[in-house]
Amino acid sequence: MKHRTFFWFILPTLSAMILFIALPIVSVFVQSLFVEHEQVLIVSESCGPFGCTESTAVDTEATARLNEEAPLGRFNGLGTYFNRSHLAFAEIGEAWAASDSLGEFWNKVYNLPFYNALTFTLTYTFLVTPLVLVLGMAVAVGVNNLPRIFKGPAIFVSLLPFLVTPLVGSLILFWMVDGDGVIGATIQRVFGDPTLSLKASTPLMWFMLMVYGVWHTLPFSFITFYAGLQTVPEDTMEAAQIDGATKWQRMIHVVVPHLMPLVTFVTLMMIMDNLRVFEPIVSFSAEAHARSLSWIIFNDLRESGNPLYGSAGATSLLTIFLVVILMSPVLVRTWRDFTRKSH
Amino acid sequence: MFLKKIAVAGAFVGFMGSAAHAANCGPDGQSIRILASDFPAIHAVAGLAEENCASSASEFSRNHTTEARQIMNAALTPNPAEYTSVIVANATLTQLMNDGLVRPLNDLVKKYGENIPPNLQIKIGDDVMAVAFMANSQHLFSRKDILEQVGIDTIPSTYGEVVAAAKAIREAGIMEYPIVMNVKTGWNVAESFNLAFMAHGGQFFKPGTAEPTVNSPEGVAALETLKSLVEYAHPDHLTQASNETQGLWEAGKAALGIMWGSRGAPIIDDEGSSEEITSNTVLSAAPSVEPGGVPGATLWWDGFTIATNVSDEEAEAAFAALASALTPEMVAANNDDAVWLLEGFNPGPAAAGVTATVQGGAKPYPMIPQIGIMHGVLGNELTDFLKGGESAEQALADAEAAYITAAKEAGFLK
Repeated sequence: MKHRTFFWFILPTLSAMILFIALPIVSVFVQSLFVEHEQVLIVSESCGPFGCTESTAVDTEATARLNEEAPLGRFNGLGTYFNRSHLAFAEIGEAWAASDSLGEFWNKVYNLPFYNALTFTLTYTFLVTPLVLVLGMAVAVGVNNLPRIFKGPAIFVSLLPFLVTPLVGSLILFWMVDGDGVIGATIQRVFGDPTLSLKASTPLMWFMLMVYGVWHTLPFSFITFYAGLQTVPEDTMEAAQIDGATKWQRMIHVVVPHLMPLVTFVTLMMIMDNLRVFEPIVSFSAEAHARSLSWIIFNDLRESGNPLYGSAGATSLLTIFLVVILMSPVLVRTWRDFTRKSH
Repeated sequence: MFLKKIAVAGAFVGFMGSAAHAANCGPDGQSIRILASDFPAIHAVAGLAEENCASSASEFSRNHTTEARQIMNAALTPNPAEYTSVIVANATLTQLMNDGLVRPLNDLVKKYGENIPPNLQIKIGDDVMAVAFMANSQHLFSRKDILEQVGIDTIPSTYGEVVAAAKAIREAGIMEYPIVMNVKTGWNVAESFNLAFMAHGGQFFKPGTAEPTVNSPEGVAALETLKSLVEYAHPDHLTQASNETQGLWEAGKAALGIMWGSRGAPIIDDEGSSEEITSNTVLSAAPSVEPGGVPGATLWWDGFTIATNVSDEEAEAAFAALASALTPEMVAANNDDAVWLLEGFNPGPAAAGVTATVQGGAKPYPMIPQIGIMHGVLGNELTDFLKGGESAEQALADAEAAYITAAKEAGFLK
């Protein structure tokens, strides 16, 4: 394709991407550089049905005047990125200086909100992604080898978790693992411990969130691989069979390499998906045990009286940055494949 | 005493405001749009306002949603605002006032306020910013039959007595987890901390400033109190809020509870529970630290406000409509739905807990602009202590550090 033709061809997509992806990111970045104006407080007496108390109130006129002069707020540079709620360089430095052992240092770092969320998010991503890949492949191969009449129903059943809205799906699981729920009560009976609670222990809560994550995203990798399996060349398979390759060898040396581009695709999607893990944390009321990067953004914005736009923006950009780092190996690989093919 | 005073004040104005003549709905042909939470008492007030004044208004709409708090600032910011009136509570009024979204009501109260005694006018400085009509607070729920089984004849009144009673119930093998409390991570656990903090006489901020003072001996004592209570709560307590605790109570799985007064009526009514449980449920004042001390509760009121960004005529019509609903007849018809602050209220058993808590000298939930930020960070940081992984001092220090970071960004601290 000529460059000129290509340009006109891509223009609509490109402009949509700039409008809906690039500009919002730039806007979020700009907002993350500002903090709100100083609130002008006035001391006043507030009275109500329960008597009077001395209290403070915001002088809205003075605050409005400040906002008119500079609608974005006060410029804070990268201050928000470095404060305690985000990268917390000062706190980490202090923790390093004050800690005698690596364990103690880690405890202090883990106590900081951003690193706490980062730990869970990364653990979740790195456990759920490979599990979904391997299990998805296994289910796809399994379904593919079923007799024809069972295939339809099997595919339908395997896709079901994907059809359930994440919030609802996780809420259902949350009720099931309750001490009175079917799973929770069974586990209590199996272990003979009526006080065992999945919701009260951090490791069990993490485990449950990840089980849910695998359950919910498995259909995506399954259906992608299943579609890929339909394109495995019969000739190569037959040739391998004639050469005496076992089923397992054919799987590893023929099917998997054939599906490699799909594996890359699913990995990319899974990393992006898992990094923004959010709904199950809310549905499971797991905030006491697990917080993710998306959850902190939500938390900053939810306080509708004083939404912290700057803070939420900073966390968003740090998350984007993280996505880029995590995906770079896959992207580099795709780029190499691309350049190799085009020469 | 407190309710009596209101009743007397109300009885006096009642003569002037009797429902014999038709409601005064202010200017005709205005659009009245109300945003409110979703519970029966609010429906009663807003519903009567609609009944009275819908015919003289060009439009009368009500949006009752549990998410009112989350959308109210956004909904009132544009000019004209999405709603002419929002029904708020202590905390949400501050949230709206911080952005200057509600207007002073002094003139309107003069014109239409015959049913509104001065103590229901929420005043900030000289401005009336809201009109309260009902009260709410947390207090103690007890099962007297179970307490009797372990030989306790008086309803506990201090935290120590509550814990001792819970211990006796557990040791008698009646219940492993006799206590229920709303300590779900987030808003609820912070509110539970606030209760104990108030009971211990804590101050959230240095007076007149936004500097935090929760990491104090009172803060530590409050956390220790909270911990001593949740020892006897179900291990899932960090996921339990009002709906869950009410459910546990109605299922007979708890004997002592610190819950909202507004749950009193649904718990002791004849739905959702058995006769044995409802007839033995006693509502009493929130526990205090020492006998006769300040009850561990925050007093809340619910009331209505009028938006800044609407025309004066719409504001007047909205105010007149809502004020017309605050009648003794409305209270009589919905007596058990709330602890009404209005004339005609006849405190029933469901109101006993809130009344006793108010009389005991509990403090109102602070109406301070930055309290929302403090409440938020407490909700996030205190669970580390309750889970057992962190000292009380560390959890409070974390909360203060997180508060300072957020308050700086919001402009409350330099």
